[in-house]
Amino acid sequence: MKKPLQLFLTFFKIGAFTLGGGYAMLSMVEKAVVDQKKWIPTDEFWDMIAVVQSLPGVFAVNTALYVGHRIAGRSGAFAAMLGAIIPSITIILLLATVFHEYRDQPIVERIFKGIRPCVVALILAPSLRMIKSAKVTLKTAIIPIATVFLIWWCKISPAYVILAAIAGSLIYALIIRRREITRLRDCETPSGPEIPKSRSQKEKEAKP
Amino acid sequence: MIYLQLFWVFVKIGVLGFGGGYAMLSLIQHEVVDHYTWMTTTEFADMVAISQMTPGPISINLATYVGYTTAGFGGSLLASFALCLPSIIMVYFILKLFMSKKNNALMDNTLKGLKPAIAGLIFAAGLSMINLQNFPDYGKGQYNISVIICILAFVASYFFKANPILLIVLSGVVGLIAY
Repeated sequence: MKKPLQLFLTFFKIGAFTLGGGYAMLSMVEKAVVDQKKWIPTDEFWDMIAVVQSLPGVFAVNTALYVGHRIAGRSGAFAAMLGAIIPSITIILLLATVFHEYRDQPIVERIFKGIRPCVVALILAPSLRMIKSAKVTLKTAIIPIATVFLIWWCKISPAYVILAAIAGSLIYALIIRRREITRLRDCETPSGPEIPKSRSQKEKEAKP
Repeated sequence: MIYLQLFWVFVKIGVLGFGGGYAMLSLIQHEVVDHYTWMTTTEFADMVAISQMTPGPISINLATYVGYTTAGFGGSLLASFALCLPSIIMVYFILKLFMSKKNNALMDNTLKGLKPAIAGLIFAAGLSMINLQNFPDYGKGQYNISVIICILAFVASYFFKANPILLIVLSGVVGLIAY
């Protein structure tokens, strides 16, 4: 069987059976692509995922595109992506037509009346967990607070807020990189082999 | 016109959607509920519940659903495709840019800085869903069942990492019994 077709079927299966979004499917992708088909070595796969995680867009789609591209080029990427999204699209289309038909039924309305407040909680909880995992300090707490204020209170489009946040953190990341580069440069001067000596001496001087 | 709007909205979300499905959810909410008013806030909550309970990425589910309700079958395909388009362009044309280690470290640090903002973004999406449409029995002299459901689901999700699908099913059962 040709590789793009195999990729399509692999990602179709994963797309059809993983509940809970992108990260849940990761172990299934690894099992299929690394363990069973042996298309990519494990370490290369996880290196790729590390890159994909920092990209914008749908995580599952990006994963399918990059894994597909690595295995079978552009057609592989497209086949894997289609495999990943076709099950979702089909299932949602079916459900949407049924839901439109029955949403005014009192039973359905009662069920969803119970579900709606739960959805609110399901959105609030992960955002707070995210703040915890991002190690927000008192100093940086201004960022999420300002974001909430701008979007919820001022009704500013999240798109602008994201753009501003990207600009801010890109500048921050560039400063970090600049610092690292200058630190490396400081180590290299004045001439190669002497660095460790002079550096350790500096540290000795600094200690007392 | 509606097709063009759908296309533009979801391409934008595909470009700016950093930080996973929930981050996109707040972008989608702003465009679909606040800006274009294609949906009410209750319809949006229902849609999120359905997207959460069905397999596949939440954002693709949302795009398909929004596309379908606003412009039918064609709209659903268009919205999902538009959401994937920036990713396709990225993998086809600028793959090498991202695969270099130097740039990846930069991206990684940028994303780390972005994380607190994304958390705020998602929190804002949740906050703007707290209203009388989603909590119809809020107030004095009422049973406030919706408030109780919300608090219990929050505790279960935040402290015990309960399965979201299980929580949705349970609160659906509670709704069926209580209302």
